[in-house]
Amino acid sequence: MTDFSKPKTPGMSRRAVLAGGAALTASLFAPRGLRAQDFPTAAVNTTGLAVTDSTVTIGILHSVTGTMAISETGSVQAEKLAIEQINAMGGVLGRKIQFIQEDGASDWPTFAEKARKLLVNDKVASVMGCWTSASRKAVLPVFEQHNGMLYYPTFYEGLEQSPNVIYTGQEATQQIIAGLDWVNQTKGAKSFYLLGSDYIWPRTSNKIARKHIENFMEGCEVVGEEYYPLGHTQFNSVINKIKLRKPDVIYAIVVGGSNVAFYKQLKAAGIDPTKESPIVLTISVTEDEIRGIGGENVEGSYACMKYFQSLDNPNNIEFVKAFKDMWGADMVIGDVTQAAYLGPWLWKAAVEAAGSFDIDKVREASPGIELPTAPEGYVKIHENHHLWSKTRVGRARMDGQYDVVFETADLVEPNPFPEGYQ
Amino acid sequence: MQIDRKTRFLTREEAIYFGLLAAVIFLILPLALDSFRLNLFGKYLTYAFVAIGLVLCWGAGGILSLGQGVFFGLGGYAMAMFLKLEASTPEATAIQSTPGIPDFMDWNQITALPWWWEPFNSLAFSLIAVVIVPVAFAFIIGVAMFRRRVGGVYFAIITQAIAAILTILIIGQQGFTGGVNGITDLRTLKGWDIRTDEAKEILYFVNAVLLFACLFAAQYVRRSKLGRLLIAMRDQEDRVRFSGYDVASFKIFVFCLGAAFAGIGGAMFTLQVGFMSPTLVGIVPSIEMVIFAAVGGRLSILGAVYGTLLVNWAKTTLSESFPELWLLGLGALFIAVVMFFPNGLAGLWSEQVMPRLRKLFAGRGAGARPPAAPVPANSASAPDSPAAKAAAE
Amino acid sequence: MFAGYSAGELTAIFAMQGFAGLILFSVFVLMALGLAIIFGQMGVINMAHGEFMILGAYVTYLVSNTFATHLPDLFSIYFFVAMALAFLASGALGMLVEWGLIRHLYRRPLDTLLATWGLSLILQQIYRSVFGAREVGVTVPNWMMGSLPLTDMIEVPINGLFVMALAVGISVAIYALMFRSRWGRQVRAINQNRVMAGAVGINTERTDRLTFGIGCGIAGVAGSAFTMIGSTGPTSGQLYIVDTFLVVVFGGAGSILGTIASAFTISQAQSVLEFFLSGSMAKVITLLVVVGILMLRPQGLFALKLRK
Repeated sequence: MTDFSKPKTPGMSRRAVLAGGAALTASLFAPRGLRAQDFPTAAVNTTGLAVTDSTVTIGILHSVTGTMAISETGSVQAEKLAIEQINAMGGVLGRKIQFIQEDGASDWPTFAEKARKLLVNDKVASVMGCWTSASRKAVLPVFEQHNGMLYYPTFYEGLEQSPNVIYTGQEATQQIIAGLDWVNQTKGAKSFYLLGSDYIWPRTSNKIARKHIENFMEGCEVVGEEYYPLGHTQFNSVINKIKLRKPDVIYAIVVGGSNVAFYKQLKAAGIDPTKESPIVLTISVTEDEIRGIGGENVEGSYACMKYFQSLDNPNNIEFVKAFKDMWGADMVIGDVTQAAYLGPWLWKAAVEAAGSFDIDKVREASPGIELPTAPEGYVKIHENHHLWSKTRVGRARMDGQYDVVFETADLVEPNPFPEGYQ
Repeated sequence: MQIDRKTRFLTREEAIYFGLLAAVIFLILPLALDSFRLNLFGKYLTYAFVAIGLVLCWGAGGILSLGQGVFFGLGGYAMAMFLKLEASTPEATAIQSTPGIPDFMDWNQITALPWWWEPFNSLAFSLIAVVIVPVAFAFIIGVAMFRRRVGGVYFAIITQAIAAILTILIIGQQGFTGGVNGITDLRTLKGWDIRTDEAKEILYFVNAVLLFACLFAAQYVRRSKLGRLLIAMRDQEDRVRFSGYDVASFKIFVFCLGAAFAGIGGAMFTLQVGFMSPTLVGIVPSIEMVIFAAVGGRLSILGAVYGTLLVNWAKTTLSESFPELWLLGLGALFIAVVMFFPNGLAGLWSEQVMPRLRKLFAGRGAGARPPAAPVPANSASAPDSPAAKAAAE
Repeated sequence: MFAGYSAGELTAIFAMQGFAGLILFSVFVLMALGLAIIFGQMGVINMAHGEFMILGAYVTYLVSNTFATHLPDLFSIYFFVAMALAFLASGALGMLVEWGLIRHLYRRPLDTLLATWGLSLILQQIYRSVFGAREVGVTVPNWMMGSLPLTDMIEVPINGLFVMALAVGISVAIYALMFRSRWGRQVRAINQNRVMAGAVGINTERTDRLTFGIGCGIAGVAGSAFTMIGSTGPTSGQLYIVDTFLVVVFGGAGSILGTIASAFTISQAQSVLEFFLSGSMAKVITLLVVVGILMLRPQGLFALKLRK
């Protein structure tokens, strides 16, 4: 299935080490840096983007205020880190990246307005941004109309494939299926209770999970499915229902402040994730969220995503160090933060492959772009603008980190419109 | 005093103010701003519809609704449903398992268009719904509340709860409503692409014309007997009641009128921004719209428009340069307006600026101007501290 | 939905569900009591109530950190210290706000609503600047987490018991203060007739300030207790606001007993509905019923028989 990864991954390791190190310590990489005079501005920018002889401007569009600021702060930090590193090693086509940061204020019309500003007024060459599906849906028509390029970092529900977006997080099938198979095969889990916050991502993810459980996993069943409004803080009723149904697995896609309430009340009600009866499996709790929930409440639950801060590979060790050097030693890095970090790098690679900042050329060059230096390990852009990436299962520790207990052997193909899961 | 001045539709001074606002909206803004900024101001002006309604309900009538976002949202959703159906042709949605229905329905395993979506295939029906649905909803709320003499703080809290309920309902029924994402990716209106710069400029002017229509309607109401009764009710409800007037009916009427304005604003929002989402229905936008009216001056319909423009412009500018400061600024604005400028910009103008200007002109001995009335042009019969009385109900 | 379960299992589940309803009831009582005092006795709508709660939660967070680093031996009892400090901190801020803001607006209730909303925005931003945009994790002493197994099937969450005990304790304290203390007499006198109360020598300004401070202080204690069951972040206070106001309005202003009765009704309705329906629908139906009843009986469950 993953003909890209097989030949590459084994032979990659040493080069990845070198490249990874180089990416993060600029001086080593300088010789390969491209010089701006080799790429005259008139030639690399035929559509009037904000590119000069020495700089190129991109946009960062996240919420710094409002309810989503909690989640999006990490993404902004990762993107700024990537930009700084890219600049330290000579920039993109010899041009330093400048960025204009806009605040989406957790408000979807504001996102659309700011996206239009970045594309129309500031003529940015690309935008790193958005977090929630709603914000992405709001800016999508803007990007398509004004032909911009958005690098979107969050794991999301799929069902979308825009020529103007590169999705650097996982779509739902990539994230979900491997984890369900794993819990079934290694833990013998047969019955699942699906729980989520009430909006499109948990609902679509649970739909895919249900289809997979019922159609592709022998003898397995869904014994309950339930949604609570965003921001809900009382979960005792659903916990009682879970106790009544006695599922093997609680499959939880609760987000935001509700998460904190859910795990605290779960533990208080005597369902201790460390006892694994039932097993708590989630796709929505990254290291970032655990800081709010408290490690002692999550310890023992499993999370299924593509990146954990504890990943033991040289790229990641460098990345974690650089991130902490820049933003403070007490920072934690979650899945989305890492995916946000990939955005500027993927854009740089595509621009250099295209030899141009023009959006159309960058888009054309994007499929097939590889990033061996990614902290999560080798990734590659698929024809459908999503990333080939591995899926991993981690077990939460007391200190808020995950132990990686499982990793798919190959890169998982992104499949935003999955057949048989509709 | 001066009964004839009050019964006339516009005094000369008011005509000047209306003309000034018209010049700002129809000439100055379009000439001074590029297409992007103009579209932004177009969006702000859609909130002004709500603010005008609030001036009538709150400033004149003493009814503070913290749920105006509900009516804004209903109007906006009615428009968005029509546009979404037009965008969901079987050809455009061929990738779906059920082509021809909106994409979010397909994602939620809905295989046929719900019956209550069907009428929104018709533009005429949708345009009527933009006004009628909010008005009908306001009527139900109004009858239930005002007939039982609920007012003041209770009314505010209950309308706020209604905003919360509607938001949860829209988000929870995402197969029918688009959920948190709202109804997005709206493209054309009867084949006319609403996303181009040219279309946005045309929509801006349509919006401006509608806004003036609402302004004139509001002005008409205030100049009518109804308007004076409203103010009387705000200041001494029982006396009006004992004089034989049906207080509740007047309140219901003005609340419905405010809802109609808000619905039109919502529809124009959808057209200009290109989507509608529950974030515009909830508690936060509803209460922010109150501050637009408060900053402009809760007694002045023209002030409401200026207040809306000013607050939103400040929000955009401040949050561009100092995102962290914006909330502090907005919070301080709420407090300052209540504590120090209860009559907002319009109050500042008529109490501070105008007298000084007059003194200036008089000091020069020009004497050409007839001494204007001490009554602020746009505010109602201006009791000593109208705001205090408005709120002290 | 109950096919295939033994009678024993069902009894246990219903017992636990009843208990869940009681926990929700206690949470509502804690949320609403402070607001009920302020709204009922002073006619002031405090939209920043949620932010006063979160101040208590942040105080708890700071105290827990201090104990963890400096007094690890006493960590298991830090919560009581934290609650006392939360009361003082929120109460002090409340009195400050009353002095700087509220007292100028007593005759304009709708304006206090706007001003306190502005205050809530400012407080949120201050929390964000001081503590960061992310939620903070408050470590709760071990003995407070986990559950007490009553039978094989029935398990009672300890933090739930704690919240219930606190709700009862605070209600009793409020009752005692209201009807057995000098302050309570003064508050009730002012509520009935401010001018006359002033005329007989009650210092109305001081009493108002104290009332507002106590109401906010109770919010702080509630926020402190909620660190056990919920999240602590700059905007967490907003999560509680609608529920809180509805409980108070539904109960009828001016009646603390009404607030408690309404908290009980709403929490039981929601808890039962949640068990049979999906969480979102349960919430919508509960709110709709509450608003519906309010339309039929606008003065709430326990209104004083007064007409203006």
